[in-house]
Amino acid sequence: MHQIVRREEMANGNVILNEIEAPYIARKAKPGQFVILKADERGERIPLTMADTDPERGTITVIYKVVGKSTELFKSLKEGDSYQDAVGPLGQPTHLEKVGTVACVGGGTGIAVLYPITRGLKRAGNRVISIIGARTADRLFLEEEMRAVSDELFVCTDDGSRGHHGFVTEILKKVLEEETLSLVVAVGPVLMMKLISEMTRPRGVKTIVSLNPIMIDGTGMCGGCRVLVDGENRFACVDGPEFDGHKVDFDQLMQRLGAYQSEERKSSEAHRCRLER
Amino acid sequence: MAENEDLAEKEREKNRVAMPEQEPEERRRNFEEVPLGYTPEMAVAEASRCLQCKSPTCIEGCPVEIDIPAFIRLIKEEKFDEAIRKIWEKNRLPAICGRVCPQETQCEGRCLLAKKGRPIAIGNLERFAADSAREKGLKDLSPKPEPSGKRVAIVGSGPAGLTVAADLLARGHQVTIFEALHKPGGVLVYGIPEFRLPKEIVADEVESLEDQGAEIRCNTVIGRTITMDELFEEGYDAIFIGVGAGLPRFMNIPGENLVGILSANEYLTRANLMKAYQFPEYDTPMPKGKNVVVLGAGNVAMDSARTAMRLGADSVRIVYRRSRYEMPARAAEIHHAEEEGVEFLLLTNPTRFLGDDEGRVVGMECIRMELGEPDASGRRRPVPIQGSEFEIPCDLVIIAVGTGANPLLTRSTDGLELNRRGYIVADPETGETSIEGVWAGGDIVTGSATVIEAMGAGRRAARSIHERLTRDLQPSKSVED
Repeated sequence: MHQIVRREEMANGNVILNEIEAPYIARKAKPGQFVILKADERGERIPLTMADTDPERGTITVIYKVVGKSTELFKSLKEGDSYQDAVGPLGQPTHLEKVGTVACVGGGTGIAVLYPITRGLKRAGNRVISIIGARTADRLFLEEEMRAVSDELFVCTDDGSRGHHGFVTEILKKVLEEETLSLVVAVGPVLMMKLISEMTRPRGVKTIVSLNPIMIDGTGMCGGCRVLVDGENRFACVDGPEFDGHKVDFDQLMQRLGAYQSEERKSSEAHRCRLER
Repeated sequence: MAENEDLAEKEREKNRVAMPEQEPEERRRNFEEVPLGYTPEMAVAEASRCLQCKSPTCIEGCPVEIDIPAFIRLIKEEKFDEAIRKIWEKNRLPAICGRVCPQETQCEGRCLLAKKGRPIAIGNLERFAADSAREKGLKDLSPKPEPSGKRVAIVGSGPAGLTVAADLLARGHQVTIFEALHKPGGVLVYGIPEFRLPKEIVADEVESLEDQGAEIRCNTVIGRTITMDELFEEGYDAIFIGVGAGLPRFMNIPGENLVGILSANEYLTRANLMKAYQFPEYDTPMPKGKNVVVLGAGNVAMDSARTAMRLGADSVRIVYRRSRYEMPARAAEIHHAEEEGVEFLLLTNPTRFLGDDEGRVVGMECIRMELGEPDASGRRRPVPIQGSEFEIPCDLVIIAVGTGANPLLTRSTDGLELNRRGYIVADPETGETSIEGVWAGGDIVTGSATVIEAMGAGRRAARSIHERLTRDLQPSKSVED
């Protein structure tokens, strides 16, 4: 059992932070790696990239958006409650080294995944320009944390309620024109990562994206998370979750992410019915 | 003369006591176990057919060398408790083996009765003995051994790991089993469906190991959560690796990433480990298809096809590039699948998958095959017949064409010698690897094989580990059996 020692609601309760007891995982985890959580006996295994770890306290932090039955169930867990299962750290860590000036771009809950990577890149001695965005100001989070690990931070909202009125891609375009970037790290909605990869490709700026496809075991056994990278199938769970954005087939990834849409609706509805009863 | 022989054969055939089963019409839509088990009368009647050979050949066919004639004689004498104790001497997981061993190529394949008729139903009798003991709550009551003070880490809780654990516990060693998934049992839990091996049986076997003192740590991926080196640092005196060969193989043909095309590993893990066949009572969704195609013809393919049938498919087709004769599945599984309405499209190979605008699979293009000269496996090589392409509609495709070596642990362990296919190189007699103090066995050494072969490897490794642990300071590599 893995107790929740800290729980915060963000973005009007649409985004939840859980700090969870998991000493073995906390001891090993590096930025970019993920865990799989399962709430109870009947629960789904949900992969989540860690936003932070505290080896001394023996805890890991995940930040997730409530999108369906399983994340609704996660949300219902209070401080002091426990996840039945937590396994990790899984996947390859981010390759953190000094390369010069880097841009870290995060959208929505992708910011949670981006934060430890950004911090790692900063600590490695890079000049870090960060761009984070959300639909509205109240859906934005980790702004101060991101500011603390960036040399420059740009904030965008789709409705203009905070920072730049528009998308992260618009800011990145400017940065690409004004700076000589050695690396772009993009984490967020698949469409955002696709657009960013298309922007950086003609300029030859190396671009790393972090993917979160459907998976079961997280150890290379099911192949559900296979992603076409440079024309070859790679497993996001063991080869990823980070890949060269210029080589990922994002369109196929989007289609594969929608594989269980109708089942997910059914599951959420059944869950709500049970709650209402 | 020939007629007499025919008659005699029919007589023997008739005499083999068939195990009652759920009727195909009923069972093809439920997940309950198909064979229902022998009654004591049936078991005694079947046991009475055993010739009690002086030099029994059946034992040679058993990877763990159960004294088969002895336990069968005890069943015949209605000494059921003694029968199971006789089996336990060699096999701690008989309820499982009685159900999933390929007896026709092992013990039953060597039975003298098979020369003239149907061999004695060794698997059915083993299952009977194990089930009667389970029902009675009979436990292996061998006296607790003197603790040796040695600790062994077992990586993977499948058939190999469970066997090593049982054997080492019986010799007084302390064992910890590390399992990557959230439930112990490995392929017995994620791979083999409920209707073939009820999960309760696996849970019972695991529980009995825990009763004997085994510690089981789930959700622990060796190579990630804890490395092999750290296991030694934690003070384990030996490590056994039995992680299986869990890397799914794909066809590598166009359209394979369309939605609705899954590895059998994924399909069966959803159904068995995650209980997705009970969605939405369980939260993991199960992909459903009206027209299901399963590629491959091994046990995993049969399990997938029969699962799809139970989930309400209109049609389920096994597509296999060779002929019926080469199908690697157990005869009983092929027979069961057929009875349940699974169709077989033999000498057929897919060439590409067809999708709709949303990227979902809607069909498969195939080509007819014919058998040519024998290949390296000794089976006749299937050769495509030019111009024979045809399409079949399908909305769910399950790929069950085998697995490869999962590199997660092996890649993160320095000095572990692998063969060119990525499997661990281990001594076939002892299971010793290139690293001192590390043994390996099961599919991660041999490639995909059977439950009982993994258990046989576990048994041999346990023997070698025990000898090493009790002969501490001897550096000799060779261990006598």
